[in-house]
Amino acid sequence: MKNIRLLRDRFDLPLLVATSLLLGIGVLLVYAATRDWYASAGEDPQFYLKRQILNIIIGLLLAAGAMSIDYRLLRAYTPILWGLSVIGLIAVLIPAFGDSVNGARAWIALPGGLQIQPAEFAKIAIIVGMSMILAEKREGSQDPTSLDVLQSLAVAAIPLLLIVAQPDLGTTVIISAAVVTIIAASGAQTRWPIGLLSLSAIGAYVVIRIGVLDEYQLKRLQSFVDPTADPQSSGYQLRQARITIGSGGFFGKGLFNGPQTNGRFVPEQHTDFIFTVAGEELGFLGCIFILVLYSIILWRALVIARRSNDIFGRLVCIGVMAWFGFQIFENIGMAVGLAPMTGVPLPFLSYGGSSMFATLMAVGLLLNVHSRR
Amino acid sequence: MIALAGRLFYLQVAAAPKYKTAALEIQSRNIVTPAIRGMILDSSGKPLAVNQVGLVITVDRSKIDGLEDKGESVLRKLAKTLKVDYPSLYGKTRLCGEKIAPELTGKARCWNGSRYQPIPVTLTATEDIALQIAEHSEIYFGVEASPQGFRFYPAPDGSNSAHVLGYVGPVSEKDLLKKRDRPLFVNEVLGKAGLEYQYDDLLRGTPGVKTIVVDRREAATSVLKENPPISGDHLVTSIDAKLQAVVEEQLLAAIARAREGSVDKKGARKADSGAAIVMDVKTGRILAMASYPTYDPNIWENGISQKQATDLYSDAKSVPALSRALQGTFAPASTFKVVSVVAADRAGYDLNGTYDCPAQFKVGNRIFKNYESKGVGLVKLQQGIAISCDTLWYKIAFDEWLKDGGLKPKSGAKNYFYTAAKDFGIGKKTGIDLPSESSGRLADRQWRANWYERNKNYFCDYQRRATKAQLTPYLIAIAKENCVDGDKVRAGDAVNFAIGQGDTTMTPLQMVQIYAALANGGTVWKPTVAWGVVTPAGEKVREITPEKIGKLPISKKTLTFLNRALRSVITDGTAKWRFDGMPVAISAKTGTGEVYGKNLDGSAKDTTSWLASYGPTEKPKYAVVMMVSQGGTGSGTSGPSVRKIYEAIFGIQGSKIDSTTAIFPSGPPRVIPLRIIPNVSAK
Repeated sequence: MKNIRLLRDRFDLPLLVATSLLLGIGVLLVYAATRDWYASAGEDPQFYLKRQILNIIIGLLLAAGAMSIDYRLLRAYTPILWGLSVIGLIAVLIPAFGDSVNGARAWIALPGGLQIQPAEFAKIAIIVGMSMILAEKREGSQDPTSLDVLQSLAVAAIPLLLIVAQPDLGTTVIISAAVVTIIAASGAQTRWPIGLLSLSAIGAYVVIRIGVLDEYQLKRLQSFVDPTADPQSSGYQLRQARITIGSGGFFGKGLFNGPQTNGRFVPEQHTDFIFTVAGEELGFLGCIFILVLYSIILWRALVIARRSNDIFGRLVCIGVMAWFGFQIFENIGMAVGLAPMTGVPLPFLSYGGSSMFATLMAVGLLLNVHSRR
Repeated sequence: MIALAGRLFYLQVAAAPKYKTAALEIQSRNIVTPAIRGMILDSSGKPLAVNQVGLVITVDRSKIDGLEDKGESVLRKLAKTLKVDYPSLYGKTRLCGEKIAPELTGKARCWNGSRYQPIPVTLTATEDIALQIAEHSEIYFGVEASPQGFRFYPAPDGSNSAHVLGYVGPVSEKDLLKKRDRPLFVNEVLGKAGLEYQYDDLLRGTPGVKTIVVDRREAATSVLKENPPISGDHLVTSIDAKLQAVVEEQLLAAIARAREGSVDKKGARKADSGAAIVMDVKTGRILAMASYPTYDPNIWENGISQKQATDLYSDAKSVPALSRALQGTFAPASTFKVVSVVAADRAGYDLNGTYDCPAQFKVGNRIFKNYESKGVGLVKLQQGIAISCDTLWYKIAFDEWLKDGGLKPKSGAKNYFYTAAKDFGIGKKTGIDLPSESSGRLADRQWRANWYERNKNYFCDYQRRATKAQLTPYLIAIAKENCVDGDKVRAGDAVNFAIGQGDTTMTPLQMVQIYAALANGGTVWKPTVAWGVVTPAGEKVREITPEKIGKLPISKKTLTFLNRALRSVITDGTAKWRFDGMPVAISAKTGTGEVYGKNLDGSAKDTTSWLASYGPTEKPKYAVVMMVSQGGTGSGTSGPSVRKIYEAIFGIQGSKIDSTTAIFPSGPPRVIPLRIIPNVSAK
């Protein structure tokens, strides 16, 4: 009994269970998405399975680190993480280091075929950094001043601008959403979040009109509005995604049994479009189960934030919640045709190291806040 | 989350069936194996249409179009290999509807199928060529050589039967759009005309479909289902190849006779076309049916050239594609008098009475003459039919026209002649099991009113609308007359109608239908060519039973009178000189139809030669009709040929019957053959 109570104190059980279940489902889906294809190419069908398990193990270690780290040390580490992220984001823009995937320079190639995506780590750096600044002077319960807000915005703006330059529209939207949410939750004057929201709206409009967006991004936006506009590329992907999910029906075709998945008709089905595998093989039931698990995580993030005694912890949790929430909606929304096409991975499920690491570190941060209330 | 769940509910529950179908479409590919098309057989089991296997060279437009030079170099090399000129090969691989200057396409005809079917450029490549192409696929990109079935019409006993058989062709874009019980596959072969068209569903069979599941690289991953092809059934017809050959030969002989011009004093005739039909009077089955001019039905499959295709429909060549037997409409002339006899009988004229047959008959200020202006004085009606007196009919028709009110028809007008013609089915299709039959025309009061409505502006404005050549005083006078009362049946129209002249027209098929009915006691049969359906294994699927359309509207007394009258045409009437000494009694009626209008070369059109007959008179089995357009007189041109047809059927040698040489020693065959007689006369 004592052990369990201890466990309950340190860990938030629903959060832990939901996360574990999602990780398990994710491993199976990544395996389902890649095994036939790799087997038919004469390669190890478990290649991606093994790599994803490795990603999760590393991610869990990072999460353990994020969970157990001392608050004070966090303050010390955050600038380092932020600085590394910014350096990484600058590096990807330099052709010698950065890899271009689908028109966006988002990756740094490492020896041994490894790639890291600095933008994923920038998410954490921004959330923690902003929370620190907004919470710092306020232990005397006064609301953050405009200067604080501007400082925190500067923390977000530098990596954000670099991400815009890649360009990675999806991540930009997610981080912006998290930024606005954190400021709104920080107790800053309401003109700040409202102003920022209007600013982003104007920004989005200007970006599309002036043509800052690359052609591929415009096409993606267009194909969201009119899926037939570009049947060969992004429209094709979206159509295939919808057909694959729809053909799963209520009960799904069964794990490993989806012909659309096994025929690999949806591009990027083990990463950005992993949800189509769930849709086809696990059906409506499976998809709803996944949505419930995500809801539990978001709900727990909110609960932890509310229970937290210090403003820093609360803001971090709110930031993570906003990040997860927007990323989940963006990704699944894209797969089912509710959101435009962006290249963001689905937390916990998509194959990928950087995303998995950052996501699990964020869970670690939630638990850190939880254990410290 | 709720939005996502809602959307998922739509995708995976509400609209799931739609997406499941879409997914299946994406993943599956159909490999279609064409079914073997059923044969068309004659009534003894001889194949009239078969499938042959040839080495087919195809060009895939969807592949060569993607080449930098649009496949020109490939086609040039192929032309060299096949030893054909490049333009015609280029032309053969163009779709009909692609706009290309004719000088680029040589003499070749365009491809009537779709772009996604490999286009056959030859069906009869040698093995050497096929090997050469198969081994150098890098040179002959998009070109394939494979054994493939094609339709072949072996013409047993020298019969041609082009118009009866029709032909086959590739599925066109239009065919694909047409709604069918079973959707077509692009590589199927469809019947396009004749029996091939009419019984296509039965002959075509069902292609085999193997549905495989593919991945995004189009690599097959599994077989979803496999349906083997089901061969089409054989169609047995009532056509007898031997008789068909005789009929075709005799039609040709009649045409030659007319063109040669030694039959009568009027000399050579144009004889541009003709038809001949033999019908089994007890069933309505067609035993032979010929049309002139004809063509080789194999030209379609051997890659018809542009010139051949144009010729088939050219007026200068008398439109060989047209089947005169069921699409050619001509004034029936005196053969129509069997209808007039019924009209006269109904109007109360005594069939055994005596009538005046003067040389001419005056209607108003117009004189209507007997043929060759002979007057014979008083004759019995039967004798009047035998010698084909026209003037006695003028008088009867004129009297009846007056009784009906003349130019101002009474409300209770009897219209004996029109009703009789209508009762005989004039102006109505026979319903034969061949496509595109013409209905002919019954030029009654209603027709005339409609005709006037369409043409009155022209006639009333003739001076301005007619061409210069048409502005003769005679034609102007006629136009004026037509403008004033063209909507009314005038006395001239009425008397012409009674002798089968004027605007009423019939097809030879309608004629044989009526004469078969006169022969069999009054039953009107729907003419049929198809007799039965037999599986490739030789089992009878079904017999196509003859269908009675109705009875001739005629009393026994009148029928007896007509049978006697038609016999007397042979014994001492217009056809006597042509049928003298026949050991089998035949009954017939000759007809010589006036035709208005001019030929392409400006000459006036010659008369239509008709001979409608049946025999043996006592127990009729066959009805034979021959018609030669612009062929002269009925007996003179068609008489000897019809006689020869009967002689072949009965095995008549001079004045004796040798049934061993008869085509039908004991009447038309009554049992469907289940055995196919191996085809020995194939090329």
